Amino acid sequence: METLIENELVRDLANKHGRTRESLLPILQDLVVQNRFLSKQDMVDVARELDISAADVFGTATFYTFLDTEVRGKYIIRVCKTISCAMKGKHDILGTIEDTLKIKLGETSSNRKFSLLETNCIGWCHKAPAMLINDTPYTELTPEKVTEILREYIKK
Amino acid sequence: MKEKHVKRVDLIFEKVECREIIEKIMNMDPDDICQEVLESDLKGRGGAGFPTGMKWRFAAKEKESVKYIVCNADEGEPGTFKDREILDQVPGKVFCGMAVAARAVGAKNGYVYLRGEYKFLIPKLNEYLNTFHKMMDEFNLNFRIHIRLGSGAYICGEESALFESIEGKRGEPRNKPPYPTTSGLFGKPTTINNVETLVHTVMIIKYGAAHFKELGTKDSRGSKVFSVSGDTPKSGIYELELGMSVNEFVEEFGDGDTKSVQVGGASGFCVPRKKFEETIIGFEGVPTGGSMKLFNSTRSMYNVLHNYLDFFTEESCGQCTPCRVGCQQLLKGVEAVKRGDKNSRYLDELVKLAKTMKRASKCGLGQSVGNAFGSIVENFKEEIIY
Repeated sequence: METLIENELVRDLANKHGRTRESLLPILQDLVVQNRFLSKQDMVDVARELDISAADVFGTATFYTFLDTEVRGKYIIRVCKTISCAMKGKHDILGTIEDTLKIKLGETSSNRKFSLLETNCIGWCHKAPAMLINDTPYTELTPEKVTEILREYIKK
Repeated sequence: MKEKHVKRVDLIFEKVECREIIEKIMNMDPDDICQEVLESDLKGRGGAGFPTGMKWRFAAKEKESVKYIVCNADEGEPGTFKDREILDQVPGKVFCGMAVAARAVGAKNGYVYLRGEYKFLIPKLNEYLNTFHKMMDEFNLNFRIHIRLGSGAYICGEESALFESIEGKRGEPRNKPPYPTTSGLFGKPTTINNVETLVHTVMIIKYGAAHFKELGTKDSRGSKVFSVSGDTPKSGIYELELGMSVNEFVEEFGDGDTKSVQVGGASGFCVPRKKFEETIIGFEGVPTGGSMKLFNSTRSMYNVLHNYLDFFTEESCGQCTPCRVGCQQLLKGVEAVKRGDKNSRYLDELVKLAKTMKRASKCGLGQSVGNAFGSIVENFKEEIIY
């Protein structure tokens, strides 16, 4: 039954974005918005809709960091690890998140609400340290500020 | 004699009535638009510094009926964040710049390739894009802009990788030639410009090439938006006249204890204190896409180098061996030297490897790893070893 629902989503997205090769990334990006990651079944279904090989879809998806092919939580936290953020206390931010959510870097919480990842430069070096929660940037972080932000997400 | 100071400029963020610019270019011959931009000596603001007018003229000369304008908004160079601010503050000017380019080369479609990290800008961009398209209709101009998102791949800022990505493929750079102006997006003649470059062309149309050339030096005309970060009390986004020395920059932005400045991000150059005076920020000295990172004496340059190498190892697309293996070996190599498993002479071997990567890599990523590597190792050898 679940497979059928996923197929419908893929079909809807193909209807929305088209079925040419050019449509592949927008479809995969929208699937990630819906499901937070790309399942093997979804990728096979996308391949069928676009009439390309599943290996091609998998190969394209795995090239892009934000197109996760592993199960992720509803809220994906990406802490910037590039030089400015690393210099300005990224380590403490990461520690605070790990302690608050009781997950380690790279892990997803058992209720699939949060995933904690690192990412390369997100373009907020002047307001380091910074992180993204899904698409929303948070900057000039301190352990206190991060605790406050997470408290809001935990309530959601 | 020219007075030594850092001159602030306000062109990029100046509010402009796009309608007036469109009216102006409608009354200009497309070739005259290319000529005006060519005369301004504007060089690409993404970092590579190719003369914009020349690029436009190459594309204009192509006989194909389908041509594209692409705005490169895949701002991924560590320490660069000015394009985000430009897109946030003056999105209409960016679209207007694309319309100017479209008129100059004869294109009907444009793409903005926005990095996934800036997805939060999409609602605002779409709002401005609606207004822009309405304006195009009023002028009976058949030019449409499409926005495409990246998904977290630094390499997609490389122009041909960016085309591959818009085409729905892995963002792997293509062989060159052919260059984009001959065969770019979907194999058609394509003009690809950085966000800031496009806005500069709007100002060149507005005020003329001569006005643009009043600022800067012979090799680096005009102003540039800088992204300033690191050990500075004044981190942020500043539009400054090109041609200042690193020393002048540090006097303005340093914290009094600056030991080095990384100009141009992870793929740029490390300038140590002893070379501040002699180094010009611009195409005659060290070029930059805008990234200016200051480090003070509390920072370990080993950590800086390690961070950059870790970045490149992750972001190398992996298709060509010199870059894929080179990045990994440089990273392993400096770690081995630091641990004492390899002696200091091994660093010379690594510098040679970085030079080989410069010659043998397929695209700008692998070719520029040696910039930071060579300049950090050369100037801070003792920090890498001990």
